[in-house]
Amino acid sequence: MPSLNRPTSPHLTIYKPQISSVLSITHRLTGVALFVGSALVVAWLWAAAYAPAYYAEFHGYLASQWGQGLLIAWTAAFYFHLANGIRHLFWDIGKGFSILQMNFSGWLVLLFTVAATAGSWGYIYQVMGQ
Amino acid sequence: MVHSSDLRTELGKVKGLGSAKHGVSHWMWQRLTAIAMVPLSIWFICAVVGSLLSPDVVQVATWFSSPLHAIPLVLLLLALFIHAKLGVQVVIEDYVHTPFMKYALLLLNKLVCYVFIVISIMAVLKLHFLNIGAGV
Repeated sequence: MPSLNRPTSPHLTIYKPQISSVLSITHRLTGVALFVGSALVVAWLWAAAYAPAYYAEFHGYLASQWGQGLLIAWTAAFYFHLANGIRHLFWDIGKGFSILQMNFSGWLVLLFTVAATAGSWGYIYQVMGQ
Repeated sequence: MVHSSDLRTELGKVKGLGSAKHGVSHWMWQRLTAIAMVPLSIWFICAVVGSLLSPDVVQVATWFSSPLHAIPLVLLLLALFIHAKLGVQVVIEDYVHTPFMKYALLLLNKLVCYVFIVISIMAVLKLHFLNIGAGV
């Protein structure tokens, strides 16, 4: 298609960010991020099954500061996509469409994401004794 | 089959435009895999946090010897990569509009997902059949 330099009507940038739209695009972003992150799961399984001699080294990368940061971000993306996905499943059966319900469930998803991520890593650090 | 109420133009038909007729199946598999992954993914996170954080590969491999671990994990990996393939496909279709790039990325998406399925499931099966720590 030829790119004509025509004026375009105001699009996303004209809107004030709202909980509905922000969570919607975040669902996509976390989905794609989790797909990228799933390569890590494949690599982890590969290391354990086919390169056991290097497993400790692989574990070392994940346990490093960078690795932990990545895993914490990955965990948060996972809990968000899980909770917001369940929100989507309720919409699929026609529940929760009122503005009040949508805003409430949206904030609930964010609250769950923060609480579950903090809870999981709080537990991990407690167990690992760091 | 005769479509008496076909509203597509002749040009559209010749160029193969229109529904791919996979919409319902796509929608349904996206939901089925999502529902399957609600319990499976929570279980897996618990398993990782509970017993798979060790740097010792023998200890990790021992976990896989139980069918109660290996079977749900294989199911999770299948659901995960089918779900990922369908999801990323929609993202590509929505945002990439240059024909070559679009079809190249769609193919790459399929390829990566299927390769991930094969590698990850083979690894789980290998660890499972190594049977380290059986009878412990």
